Amino acid sequence: MLADRTAEGSLHLAHMPVVSGCQESFLFCRPPLNYVWRDRKLKVMPTVTPYQIAVRSLLIGYLLVLVVMPIAAVYAEGFSLGWTPFWEALTAVIAWKAILLTVKLSVVTTVIQAVIGTMSAFVLVRCRFWGRRLFNSLVDLPFALPTAVSGLMLLTLLGPQSLLGSWLQAFGISLLFNQTAIVIGMVFITFPFVIRTVQPLIEQFDLAEEQASYTLGASKVYTFCKVLLPAVVPGIIAGGLLTFSRALAEFGALSLISGNLPGKTQVASVFIYGEIENFNTQGAAAVSIVLLTLSFLVLWAVQALQKRRGIVT
Amino acid sequence: MHIEVRDLVKTFGDVAAVNKASFQIQNGHLVGLLGPSGGGKTSILRMLAGLEQPTAGEIYFDGKLVNPIPVQDRGIGFVFQHYALFKHMTVFENVAYGLKVKKQKRQAINERVYELLQLIGLEGTENKYPHQLSGGQRQRVAFARALAPKPRLLLLDEPFAAIDAKVRKELRLWLRNLINQFGTTTIFVTHDQDEAMEVADDLIIVQKGRVEQQGAPWDIYNHPASAFVASFIGESNKLKAPVALQGFPELSAYRAGGEWQEGTQVFIRPEAIELRATHHPQTAEAGEPGKITHVHFRGDAWYVEVELAGGMTLFTYQPLHQEALQAGDSVSVFIQQLFVFAPSDIRILENRSRKGQRRLYVYPTTEKRSGSK
Repeated sequence: MLADRTAEGSLHLAHMPVVSGCQESFLFCRPPLNYVWRDRKLKVMPTVTPYQIAVRSLLIGYLLVLVVMPIAAVYAEGFSLGWTPFWEALTAVIAWKAILLTVKLSVVTTVIQAVIGTMSAFVLVRCRFWGRRLFNSLVDLPFALPTAVSGLMLLTLLGPQSLLGSWLQAFGISLLFNQTAIVIGMVFITFPFVIRTVQPLIEQFDLAEEQASYTLGASKVYTFCKVLLPAVVPGIIAGGLLTFSRALAEFGALSLISGNLPGKTQVASVFIYGEIENFNTQGAAAVSIVLLTLSFLVLWAVQALQKRRGIVT
Repeated sequence: MHIEVRDLVKTFGDVAAVNKASFQIQNGHLVGLLGPSGGGKTSILRMLAGLEQPTAGEIYFDGKLVNPIPVQDRGIGFVFQHYALFKHMTVFENVAYGLKVKKQKRQAINERVYELLQLIGLEGTENKYPHQLSGGQRQRVAFARALAPKPRLLLLDEPFAAIDAKVRKELRLWLRNLINQFGTTTIFVTHDQDEAMEVADDLIIVQKGRVEQQGAPWDIYNHPASAFVASFIGESNKLKAPVALQGFPELSAYRAGGEWQEGTQVFIRPEAIELRATHHPQTAEAGEPGKITHVHFRGDAWYVEVELAGGMTLFTYQPLHQEALQAGDSVSVFIQQLFVFAPSDIRILENRSRKGQRRLYVYPTTEKRSGSK
């Protein structure tokens, strides 16, 4: 820990309430309290040693260089020519259509994940079947893979040369280079989020609560809706928000399978890439700012939600 | 509700948790399922509730076979060991749950919930969440929740196990009064014999998945049906080897040389042992000579260990108002009664040398004491 309580004049008293401010946030903690005898009285002294200052400065500097500065640079670039060009860059048909499409399909993906992810989490925790552990470890794979690899996998799976692709084509269904393809890609990439946030909540859930509901005359469906679901909803929301922000940001897989038709199947991240290729960094930055702000709001919402949950339970 | 259980069996893998248990429970009785941990009590309770399916055997409620009836339709209330309150619901919502399931009118639900909250002494907490309540309060909410839909049978699984000792005693009496007030047939599981004795009208002693004995606490204590019950209920001195005890000529029939006959066990309750200092005027007709080996204070009595001349050690309790004994004192040990469990018969032997004299206690059966409870 950062706290150095052996400074001269301080006391080591095991029974004293040592207030550690570092539980909530590692970086922005209150200085640890120190009990000191002064003028024959026991006093509480906040101590900050030079060592602490050095470590904190280092960490804050690290955060500044790696996170805050790049973000600031994007905002600066976006507004470099003032409000009007920023606004014009966003209201260009291709740009706002790309943003709208991305947000719309991310919402669709989030809803799909909320439903299917919750169901998968239930199956993984509650059911005992052959290959459960293998399946459980496979859940994280889509997140761990390079996204270009994911894109290539979907491309070969759904392409017209593949078995599945040609079979689908016989029915006139195409799952590549359209909005469905984008949703498939987003769902694939965001696979673990809801499952991994809901799973521990189901594991912690007291089975006796469920049985208590049965003994009070409730059916299985009623029990699920009134007892089990409320217990896992915080996990669904947190996982859903993570899914949403990840889907917004996806580039690698979507650039391969979306088809990139401007105004039709071009997502925001691919649009940004195109703008940079065309040396329009200000336009790219303007769209980036929208995505960045959305992502930031979502992450902030997740934080707020988890904090509230910490108080309730 | 009248309950009958016939040859109930429950196996988990190769292990039989319940092995041909049979018993009947009269309507309105408060019954304790008592036995050592892992004896199958909770399995019996869960099968009565319908939370588990018996491997074999039948359960009848009021003469009707309930094996195929799911837990929802059995009309029972169940209180779980760790309460299992719904964590995300307020006290009000918890108690109202069973009524909402039954789609009762809002007005009726409100009335019933407030009536119960008043009964359990938790008015004003209806908007609190379970984590804001103490253990005893949660337990009472769990009772109220189980009682709200007016079950015909209330099942309690170790209801006081998770509560600290002091609150537990209060809750026991409270529960007893509450259940008497409702008149609901109630079965509770416990491994604590004090608790069982204090609360139950009737005890069912369960060991290794079998019913060892069923009866009123009084009868079970004074007429144990097996060596297990005699040693499990109350305290007992077990006589490991036969000794010639004055006043018990019948004992010699159970001897086989220096040992008891195969399968024979003999117990003496501590309260059936009377100690007198040897200089006491009444010692003349009394029993065995002995020597006090250990004494310690228990609060309500002295715990005394005495060694008989034959080398056998017995323990007993000496009331505080009697003459205090000390280690090393010579005493005469008078044994009033002992239990003999032999394969051929089960007998309660009285000391013959004091026939016709005052007995320490008399024990009519429960029927003769009717009206006292």
